[in-house]
Amino acid sequence: MDGQTETEVADSKTLERRLRYERLSRYWLLGAGLFAVALFALIVLTLAHRSIPIVAEHSLIELLTSANWDPAQNEFGFLPAIVGTIYVTILSMAIGTPIAILAAIYIAEYAQGRTKVLVASFIDVLAAIPGVIFGLVGLIVVVPFVGDYLAPAFGSHSIGLGIVTVSLVMAIVVTPFIISLSVESLEALPDELRESSLGVGATKWETIRTVLLRAAGPGIFSAILLGFGRVFGATIVPAMLIGGQTAIPDSPFDAGETLPSLIVNDFGELMSIPLTQSALIFAGLMLLVIVWLFNFGAMFIRRRLQRRWQY
Amino acid sequence: MTTALKTENLTITYTGKREVTALNDVSVEFNENELTAIIGPSGCGKSTLMKSLNRLHEIQPNVDISGEVYLGTQPIYATDEPLPEIRRRVGYVPQKPTALPLSIYNNVAYGLKIHGNHSKAELDKLVKKYLQKVNLWEEVNDRLDAPGAELSTGQLQRLCLARSLAVEPDVLLCDEVTSALDPISAESVEETLKELKEEYTIVMITHSMNQAKRLADKVVFLYLGNLVEANDVNQFFEKPESERTKQFISGQGVVGEDESSDEEKQPATTAAQVL
Repeated sequence: MDGQTETEVADSKTLERRLRYERLSRYWLLGAGLFAVALFALIVLTLAHRSIPIVAEHSLIELLTSANWDPAQNEFGFLPAIVGTIYVTILSMAIGTPIAILAAIYIAEYAQGRTKVLVASFIDVLAAIPGVIFGLVGLIVVVPFVGDYLAPAFGSHSIGLGIVTVSLVMAIVVTPFIISLSVESLEALPDELRESSLGVGATKWETIRTVLLRAAGPGIFSAILLGFGRVFGATIVPAMLIGGQTAIPDSPFDAGETLPSLIVNDFGELMSIPLTQSALIFAGLMLLVIVWLFNFGAMFIRRRLQRRWQY
Repeated sequence: MTTALKTENLTITYTGKREVTALNDVSVEFNENELTAIIGPSGCGKSTLMKSLNRLHEIQPNVDISGEVYLGTQPIYATDEPLPEIRRRVGYVPQKPTALPLSIYNNVAYGLKIHGNHSKAELDKLVKKYLQKVNLWEEVNDRLDAPGAELSTGQLQRLCLARSLAVEPDVLLCDEVTSALDPISAESVEETLKELKEEYTIVMITHSMNQAKRLADKVVFLYLGNLVEANDVNQFFEKPESERTKQFISGQGVVGEDESSDEEKQPATTAAQVL
């Protein structure tokens, strides 16, 4: 066009190019998002597809309620592993959560200066230690401790390997993780909350208990549920320390099996029996579905808490 | 006029990585049943002074303090009285309207439940009384169980006032309580403060000269941690004694001036004369 100078033409070209990128960027990002969704769907579908043989031969109810796991005899009862998983999850969280919350309160509200830095960094390091190292230390320290002292103290007998051993070690694995996330939630709270509470004459502890724990509640709650997911899906520590017994445990000191440890321990060994692979894949599917339900429930409850305890 | 609260040679230093003297030898009196406005440019020690009046600055690490604050005749630093009791007697309302993560009802009942064993009926009565006192009862009486945070900011700030008043403090500290509010909400909070100063001693930080003129009985002017002038509101705005006060209230830039140390000292002497 004759009315336009050279710079104006150049500018309009630049604009054109910028707008083209703008349109394209939408597609890249959409593509990346869809990829994540597709990946999840692919995993679920693969697991579901490969589980069909076992579900076709044994009913779902039988698989979930039979206590007899003996692939060589065509017996595929998951109940022992399910019970073991529930035991380990509940025990570790029961041990770990109270310690984690108290430690988080100490770090966020009481520790100061160098002590705070030291304790916090120590806990971060603990959270970064690979699970297999906890497994090894568990074998050296916790197994004899449980076998020789803890089980006899409760009037029980244990070879050292078992559900309590796994739970103790998993509590140690998961505690630093919950502490870190809880400290973050507490430290993110505005000082106005503390000042408002202290300003009407509340003590520090009253402020923490009534105000700060509520305000940080949704965050702490998420931390605990993420911890639950971690223990639930933990593989290496149970595989090393649980003792691999596919029977329903009579006492928490017994050896047992969790769903993940069942998969790792049996996957290589029992491949000669055709249905075993399908059964173990079915176990994997169960884990996935439960973890997914967990996250979904956590999101729902978190939202309710956020509304109730908003500040 | 009785003095409800006074500071004596109060000096506060933050001893973090960089040492900062936030308040320098400040002696000032706050009269009973009056509203005293603290004014001054940002970062001049207004909030520090206010928080030192009920030792709330102590939640920060690395704070050094010398001098004393007297509540009536009782010192609040060199005392055996427990800190929570001092803070009950000198209430604090923060600048940002802040709901505790509790229901509207429990926001007001919070302090009451901490300090005494009230029956449910007594609590109901007291909650109503204090919500009425801040002109909020009519607006919220049908939803006392809703979370406090769901109120509008103006309502929320009045809820904060009610929460502080519920523990019957002698003095109420208000840190720029209207600055986060829209004009209409600010007006309703101002109205409330005006009524409250009949019964309570109020110390308020404000950035608005007009607000100080409207509400205050006395004005305290701080500059760079020094007390420049403390005077009756009319005197302060009509016939300021310090040159710096004149500049500040006429809106001339007092901030960021490069001045000799001689002139720094001068306002302090003026302040001493006033007191």
